[in-house]
Amino acid sequence: MLQTHPTSEPADGYAQLAADVLARAKVCGATEADIVVADGETFSVQVRVGTVDRLTKAREKRLGLRVFVGKRSATTSTSDFSRESLDRLVTDTCTLAKAVVEDDVSGLPDAAQMAMELPNLDLYDGTVLDTDTQIDWAKRGEAAAFAADPRVTNSEGAEFDSSSGRVVLANSHGFVGSYKSSNFSLSVSPIATEPETGAMQRDAWYEVRRKFARLASAESIGEEAARRAVRRLGARKVATKRVPVVFDQETAGSLLANLCSAVSGYGLYKRASFLLDKLGQVIASDLMTVYDDGRMLDGLGSRPFDGEGLATRKNTIVERGVLKSYLLDTYSGKKLGLPSTGNASRSVGESPSVGPTNFYLVPGVKSPQEIIGSVKEGLYVTELIGFGINMVTGDYSRGACGFWIENGELAYPVEEITIAGNLKHMLNDIEVIGKDLVFRGRIASPTLKISEMMVAGN
Amino acid sequence: MDGEEEIRRMLEPVPLSRFGVTEVEAQHALDRLNVRDVDYADLYFESRTSESVSMEEGIVKRAAKSVSQGVGVRATAGEKTGFAYSDELTKKDLESAADTARYIANSPRGGAPVPVPVQRRPTRDLYPIERAKAEVATADRVALLNEIDAEARRYDPRIKNVMASFNTEYKVVVVATSDGSLVSDVQPLSRLQITCIAEDHDNRQVGSFGGGGRVGFEYYREDDRHLSYAREAAREAILNLSAVDAPAGVMPVVLAGGWPGILLHEAIGHGLEADFNRKKTSAFSNLVGKRVASDVCTIVDDGTLPFRRGSLNMDDEGTPTSCTTLIEKGILRRYITDKLNARLMGIPLTGNGRRENYQSVVLPRMTNTFMLAGESDPRDIIRSVKKGLYAVSFGGGQVDITNGKFVFSASEAYLIEDGQITKPVKGATLIGSGPEILTKVSMVGHDLKLDNGIGTCGKDGQSVPVGVGLPTIRIDEITVGGTQR
Repeated sequence: MLQTHPTSEPADGYAQLAADVLARAKVCGATEADIVVADGETFSVQVRVGTVDRLTKAREKRLGLRVFVGKRSATTSTSDFSRESLDRLVTDTCTLAKAVVEDDVSGLPDAAQMAMELPNLDLYDGTVLDTDTQIDWAKRGEAAAFAADPRVTNSEGAEFDSSSGRVVLANSHGFVGSYKSSNFSLSVSPIATEPETGAMQRDAWYEVRRKFARLASAESIGEEAARRAVRRLGARKVATKRVPVVFDQETAGSLLANLCSAVSGYGLYKRASFLLDKLGQVIASDLMTVYDDGRMLDGLGSRPFDGEGLATRKNTIVERGVLKSYLLDTYSGKKLGLPSTGNASRSVGESPSVGPTNFYLVPGVKSPQEIIGSVKEGLYVTELIGFGINMVTGDYSRGACGFWIENGELAYPVEEITIAGNLKHMLNDIEVIGKDLVFRGRIASPTLKISEMMVAGN
Repeated sequence: MDGEEEIRRMLEPVPLSRFGVTEVEAQHALDRLNVRDVDYADLYFESRTSESVSMEEGIVKRAAKSVSQGVGVRATAGEKTGFAYSDELTKKDLESAADTARYIANSPRGGAPVPVPVQRRPTRDLYPIERAKAEVATADRVALLNEIDAEARRYDPRIKNVMASFNTEYKVVVVATSDGSLVSDVQPLSRLQITCIAEDHDNRQVGSFGGGGRVGFEYYREDDRHLSYAREAAREAILNLSAVDAPAGVMPVVLAGGWPGILLHEAIGHGLEADFNRKKTSAFSNLVGKRVASDVCTIVDDGTLPFRRGSLNMDDEGTPTSCTTLIEKGILRRYITDKLNARLMGIPLTGNGRRENYQSVVLPRMTNTFMLAGESDPRDIIRSVKKGLYAVSFGGGQVDITNGKFVFSASEAYLIEDGQITKPVKGATLIGSGPEILTKVSMVGHDLKLDNGIGTCGKDGQSVPVGVGLPTIRIDEITVGGTQR
């Protein structure tokens, strides 16, 4: 029997290792430095048509170092924590830093800005699941999809994942912070076949939680996946026309993700965002209020400190359609003459950039049914594909599938169509916001309706 | 990395001791994987060094380097795969990974003994680059990017920002398999990417260009290739300043040669990967021998082109790559395979078993996918269209394997009116059905071009470098998604 064991780490959680590396960086000529250590373990099982298709297990660790030699900086990473390897890493990093050009804005945040209190945000679940339990979850999820409808005839599988890990951040100001987190998820991807034509449609449903006990039942996830796959059967194209478009939670979430990129400091200072110079101005419908909250208990995007050791917090991004704040780290903030919003996001071995924590649109009062009911003729979008979004101009053109709405009802499924517009106008044209906000990732939105977009089909 | 060992280029096999592992230890791990139901097992040792420098606002301000080393241990039993990986390479770690991988097998009893792996030399060297030439000094890379910035700004004063990055990767892999082979490869890869932002009053537009391959640093300076990339990125950004909104609806589309070959990658290639067809989840399942394209279309996947981004001496299971004809004069001929799917389907091994790194499982993946040249004059192809779209460059694409619907988005496109290329358009997305689209190809140009070496393909969360290619082709009808009627 295999078991996932809690991560084994040094008693001090890498604090001593980090202190040693920082000290060596100083000897090597670094004026400032910071270090990230992440380790953890993952388990994943994929079941397909009732049997295990793939089982993966691993433990990994990684260390990232960023040094500043005056106003020059470089970043490196390694998975080899041996003394010689880390010595070489420090030397390499300092050499690299000396080879690039001075950047006036570069440097650690001020020492006074480092997070003082690091609250427990309830991100970690020490539950140890044995392999058979995890296989069973995936099997039950897939079986529920097959049982839900005879038209579910095949499957791309069901996958159960569990992971846990620790992040340690330390810098030459003396800051040392760490936290543990875990994730449990189940996704089910059934394939439905149209009995008459043999045409196939795939869809999926999933859930991700920090705590195993909070995961919805495998059966409910499988049944929802089946419902979504089957309802796509018989999809057709529609004529090209301008109509109102209702985005379901998933696709509305992707629009919110586009907004999130547009307010990210890096796109802004490079003049590569369609929301350039719009702080304090109306950028969206007055129905729209958007928060980014790094300290939601149990949140999938929550963390006690950001990638530079600054305290995370709740930022108001959009308030009744007015752009109130960008998302910033220290560097992009300085570029724009603004303080960091605690949104430094850091993958090990890369310099910080900006990332959302829990980025969401505040719900309205209408149910998805009421929103669909308000459309005489239009499109209900349930999936978007392709990358037709130009963040510089806001031009938006993506493949879509979903349902055609006639007289307030879902009439038939549609596919092989595109929806096009411009994000600047789309945000302003949001006409109704649903009440159905659910977090299934770090960016979440309720159902929303845009008054009109171009749908291209036949 | 010890420099001296790396300067000797391959064809010399890479010894396992490079990873601090003895052949006896590898053999022991393979033996441990050899329980009764296991059909095949392998150990994949990988060491990777990657470096990047990037420039924006006229200064090269970021440099990064990353090194990683690890082993992926895999056993397959029927359709099942057990997999574990580790960034530690001790005997104990290998054993523990082997125990995890064989968990999928039912029986603890061993089968026939695993043959002792025999070290094979790679049969060719498609990318003979010495490490010393792959890893030039950071100062040289900085100089390259500075010249690019100057060239792009010189192209037009409306170019207001230039972002450029140069990435290199040097990967050493050794694969030990339960069918008795021990093969190694050294895989260099580099890429130069440039993005320009043009501003004219309130109008801001973007243009991108790049290239690369399994090539050394000097490639970018040959004939001032880096400067031509810079001009191309600047040209596209300036062009888009005068672009009009794309039309919407069904119309004929002419695709230019080269990078628009991502049509083949999305519309056809993914649907022909063996895993989807074995599971019967692809819109192309059971179509071998059937017509899926017009008879002017012949499409291959070729991993053997020298220095190409998608090329490999061997795939990640140690199988030499090959040139596989996927579609011959419109008839579907073959799927692309890895060992697991070739065995389960009883079809030939094509050398397409690929993985992103030691932390990923092997999947059947494309290498360089392209359509062979036809007989039409590209000018005649454009002249044949009364009202339609001419698409020259694309951002990216995506496909839903199950229903075959694919999408890709143009970054440079023009209207064709009465057989003439007229206004540039922006924001055009093409959407179609994979099994249908090539039946609508009526003309294929004689001007086959491969892309510049910028493609990265995502599947199952894994990214691998790929190439595409296309002659100029005419598609009689496809849905164009834009905002204008």
